[in-house]
Amino acid sequence: MPVVDLSQTALRELNGSLHRLTPDTNETHWRVLNPRGQHAVAVGVDAPVVIEVEGHVGYYCAGMNQQATVIVNGNAGQGVAENMMSGQVHVKGDASQAAGATGCGGLLVIDGNASARCGISMKGIDIVVKGSVGHLSAFMAQAGNLVVLGDAGEALGDSIYEADLFVGGEVKSLGADCIEKPLEDCHRSTLRSLLDAAGATADVDSFRRYGSARTLYHFHVDNIGSY
Amino acid sequence: MCGIVGLFLKDETLAPRLGELLAGMLSTMCERGPDSAGFAVYGSETPGRLKLTLRSERPGDVVDLIARVATALDIALPHAVHDTHVVVSVPQKHIDYFLLEVAKTPAVRVVGSGRRMQIFKEVGRPDHVAQRFGLSRMAGTHAIGHTRMATESAVTTDGAHPFTTGPDQCLVHNGSLSNHNVVRRDLIRQGLSFQTDNDSEVAAGFVTARMHDGYSLEQAMTASLEALDGFYTFVVGTESGFSVLRDPIACKPAVMAETNRWVAFGTEYRALVDLPGVDDARVWEPTPAKVYVWERH
Repeated sequence: MPVVDLSQTALRELNGSLHRLTPDTNETHWRVLNPRGQHAVAVGVDAPVVIEVEGHVGYYCAGMNQQATVIVNGNAGQGVAENMMSGQVHVKGDASQAAGATGCGGLLVIDGNASARCGISMKGIDIVVKGSVGHLSAFMAQAGNLVVLGDAGEALGDSIYEADLFVGGEVKSLGADCIEKPLEDCHRSTLRSLLDAAGATADVDSFRRYGSARTLYHFHVDNIGSY
Repeated sequence: MCGIVGLFLKDETLAPRLGELLAGMLSTMCERGPDSAGFAVYGSETPGRLKLTLRSERPGDVVDLIARVATALDIALPHAVHDTHVVVSVPQKHIDYFLLEVAKTPAVRVVGSGRRMQIFKEVGRPDHVAQRFGLSRMAGTHAIGHTRMATESAVTTDGAHPFTTGPDQCLVHNGSLSNHNVVRRDLIRQGLSFQTDNDSEVAAGFVTARMHDGYSLEQAMTASLEALDGFYTFVVGTESGFSVLRDPIACKPAVMAETNRWVAFGTEYRALVDLPGVDDARVWEPTPAKVYVWERH
């Protein structure tokens, strides 16, 4: 198993090695030591490998991830797994703002809390946060699922296009055009599979579902006087 | 952009290492603010005396001024020269006379005053600035520092942080305020004076004015949530304490860490990685619009 100590090896060298991995690589399990809050750890990986990072990371960890499983045994800074395409990113601690921003696919699991703008502009990513999320989470969300076992801050789902938001705790307020929707069997099934994938045992019926009222999709002529 | 660091010691045995630890934190934040840097260090006090931090391009002028006043009053005025800054210990009963003499010397600026606070700031790369002032040799109970990437006013020594508008009080700011001109006018009407047209100095003035009105540090910070509009992460130092506040939208990043030996603030976690015992620290992101205060009792 390759072990890369970032107190000895430059970050660019680590990321370069990860980018050179081929689909049939035998180096399928990496350990990264001493990240010391550095930004852009394990960004842009496109290979079916597991990368375990031992410690807190800075901004954009595992950004643009494809296929890889990135596990952070610590906290993550802003934009963890931003623009992820596939694979899985698991943060064992807390995540800062804009976790999973613009993600197109894959699964992001955060064991602790995520702060503001979690899942901002999400485009197909699934996000499971076992703690709470901050304000403006799922802002302008377009596709995918955001599951929050704890509470959601102000303006959840503001200006949401689509995407399903499931919250187990309290929602401080809903943003523009975000409404509560019925939790039907198809949603229960999606939620159950996401909770199972994240290793969470919560009861699906303890969640409420939110989504788009779709009233902002088109200009409404009655609003013409507002402009 | 800008970078902020702050360190408040709970364990007095770390006091001799305060400057060294802060210098390391400040150096990591060079990339966030390469224009200029500054820091405030809260050290030991001498009863009955105030510390004045004075600045001049020719620090010899400050030393001459101190010698003149010492001779005129027939007293000792212990002082230390740190590059362009000189810290002088003045008996409280002679402070007005001393400041009158400073006012007669236009090339000499008062950077800060207080029983325990010393402030140093200059234009240049933050790690060079820290080195010029000998930050790593300074001791104390708490300290805050700032690395600046200017947005709202010119890159000058006066425009560098921390800003102080009252004894033992200073503030560093990451962000930009949109209503600083209105607030500045109100504060000038209330009797405060400002040295620059910088938005952050207005925030410092606001906190000073409220504390002068009798507000606690926590109440003054809470009041600034209502009065100040814009983006901000503030770290404020007082003689006995240290406070942190982020705007409700949380535009600017912030990380805090705490152990039983210290509480630390960093714009990024990278700034905290060399603190003793950081691997076992509780690390969290300060909640937007929540006032955090630590005070020594």
